[in-house]
Amino acid sequence: MDAFLAQLPQQIINGLTLGAVYALIALGYSMVYGVLQMLNFAHGDVYMIGAFIGYGVMVALIPEGAPLITPVFIIILMLLVAMLGCGLLGVAIEQFAYRPLRNSPRLAPLISALGVSFFLQNAVQLTLTAEFRNYQTELLIPPGAGFDFGDTRLPMTRALVIVITIILMIVLQYLVRRTKLGKAMRAVAIDREAAAMMGVDVDRVIIATFFIGSALAGAAGVLTGIVFTRVWHFMGFTAGLKGFTAAVVGGIGNIPGAMLGGFLLGMTESFAVGFISPTYRDVIAFVVLVIVLLVRPRGLLGARIPQKV
Amino acid sequence: MSETPILRLSNINTHYGQIHILQDVSLEVYSGELVCLLGGNASGKSTTLKTILGIVKPTSGTIEFRGEPVQQRPTSYRIERGMAVVPENRRIFGSMTVEENLEMGAYLRNDRDGIKEDFERVLKLFPRLKERLHQLGGTLSGGEQQMLAMGRALISRPHLLLMDEPSMGLAPILVEQNFEIIQQINQQGTTIFMVEQNANMALSIGTRGYVLQTGRVVLTDQAKNLLHDEQLRKAYLGR
Ligand SMILES: Nc1ncnc2c1ncn2[C@@H]1O[C@H](COP(=O)(O)OP(=O)(O)O)[C@@H](O)[C@H]1O
Ligand SMILES: [Mg+2]
Repeated sequence: MDAFLAQLPQQIINGLTLGAVYALIALGYSMVYGVLQMLNFAHGDVYMIGAFIGYGVMVALIPEGAPLITPVFIIILMLLVAMLGCGLLGVAIEQFAYRPLRNSPRLAPLISALGVSFFLQNAVQLTLTAEFRNYQTELLIPPGAGFDFGDTRLPMTRALVIVITIILMIVLQYLVRRTKLGKAMRAVAIDREAAAMMGVDVDRVIIATFFIGSALAGAAGVLTGIVFTRVWHFMGFTAGLKGFTAAVVGGIGNIPGAMLGGFLLGMTESFAVGFISPTYRDVIAFVVLVIVLLVRPRGLLGARIPQKV
Repeated sequence: MSETPILRLSNINTHYGQIHILQDVSLEVYSGELVCLLGGNASGKSTTLKTILGIVKPTSGTIEFRGEPVQQRPTSYRIERGMAVVPENRRIFGSMTVEENLEMGAYLRNDRDGIKEDFERVLKLFPRLKERLHQLGGTLSGGEQQMLAMGRALISRPHLLLMDEPSMGLAPILVEQNFEIIQQINQQGTTIFMVEQNANMALSIGTRGYVLQTGRVVLTDQAKNLLHDEQLRKAYLGR
């Protein structure tokens, strides 16, 4: 029991870090599902591309093992370039792989998504090989940096992941709740035709949704690189599945639900790894999924208000 | 009439896939009128409205709105030029608040002051909505949702208000109130094109009417003449 209590804060920190990444991925899944009712199974690979874009920026700005500019700016640039790159990639995927199939049977875009997923993985494998690459996080954030709370240590890298995720979530929440684009996104998610009848350009809203969702996945990729350092062409597979699980657990299509589902999943996984055994780390996600869906088939926050006629 | 109509459909044909729905439909709506489009179930009334809005594209024919051909234009353009719609079944955004629903009606406008003014005007017309501004649309009663759908359309001060079966699913007492409000809106200067199955009610407040049967206009006249047209009842509405 004492050992458990002693470990608890550390596991919470681990869970929040992992959860932040899952939540960021889950958001893109959920937002796209909201407006298109389709599962974008290439989303995990967009996250992977984000991690590699971040890696590329890092290598470019730390050519000889010494940063060319202040490390903070390098981190900011890595995030911004990866978000922009992934946002554009998401828009391109929608344009070429999904839009032509918009009125096809539901299976068609799903298969197209798997095709895009394989394409992105293979493209990276062919151009950069299948080797692991390592983020040189230690050159950006001193390995010793962090905050001490009694016996518990919050390393700077993890604090950074959590803080950046929270900032991104606040910005997203503001965008969706308060701006015209956000209202249009919600309206399209509720009733596409009715939204069009209000003058909403539905295609533009769908493009914006892909951009934002993919940009968040890009940020998640860079944050993963910063905190776990290792990136490779297949990293999007498991992460994508977990992001998808988190989205479903929270109630797919629901934005706060995706955030909640991500953190819940990260926390459970970290507890399972810390207190039971690391062997089960990837199984836990699906155990959580099954339990939540048994109790609440629509996910935690997925309850829809019935439309009265 | 020699003035240009606000809306003119000329020889419109609309298909869903291979199925020919609207067949050579022509009609006009002049400024200040309340024109009714009558017809039984599945006669193509909603399709006519969706064609006017650009939700579905006609395979041939022209649509002129305020003197300009718009059949090639997207829906958003037509809304911007002054159409607004109360859709069939109201289509309230259930998980958005009443206020956000009304804001969606002003989606293409950017004049803050003007929008604020129109909010006031609409809330005066429907005081019930004012009490429920922060409630979710989906929690309103059927009658209140109807008010919200009308308010949402009126907030843009449309040149042409399109309505698809505004009385559908309402309790009889509400139907009557609803038509009174529609008449009032029309008398205050809004041009209305209304699709209805409830011919008696519609014609009692309408200026003119068109009767649609399996996608063709089979009869058109002044509302008061149609109201007493026995042939119309028997042949096309079965009541
Ligand atoms: N999206 C659609 N796809 C195929 N057929 C449709 C579609 N919408 C309507 N229809 C058909 O078009 C015909 C006219 O429908 P509609 O315009 O809704 O009639 P009304 O509004 O007069 O009841 C009906 O036979 C209906 O089944
Ligand atoms: Mg209809």
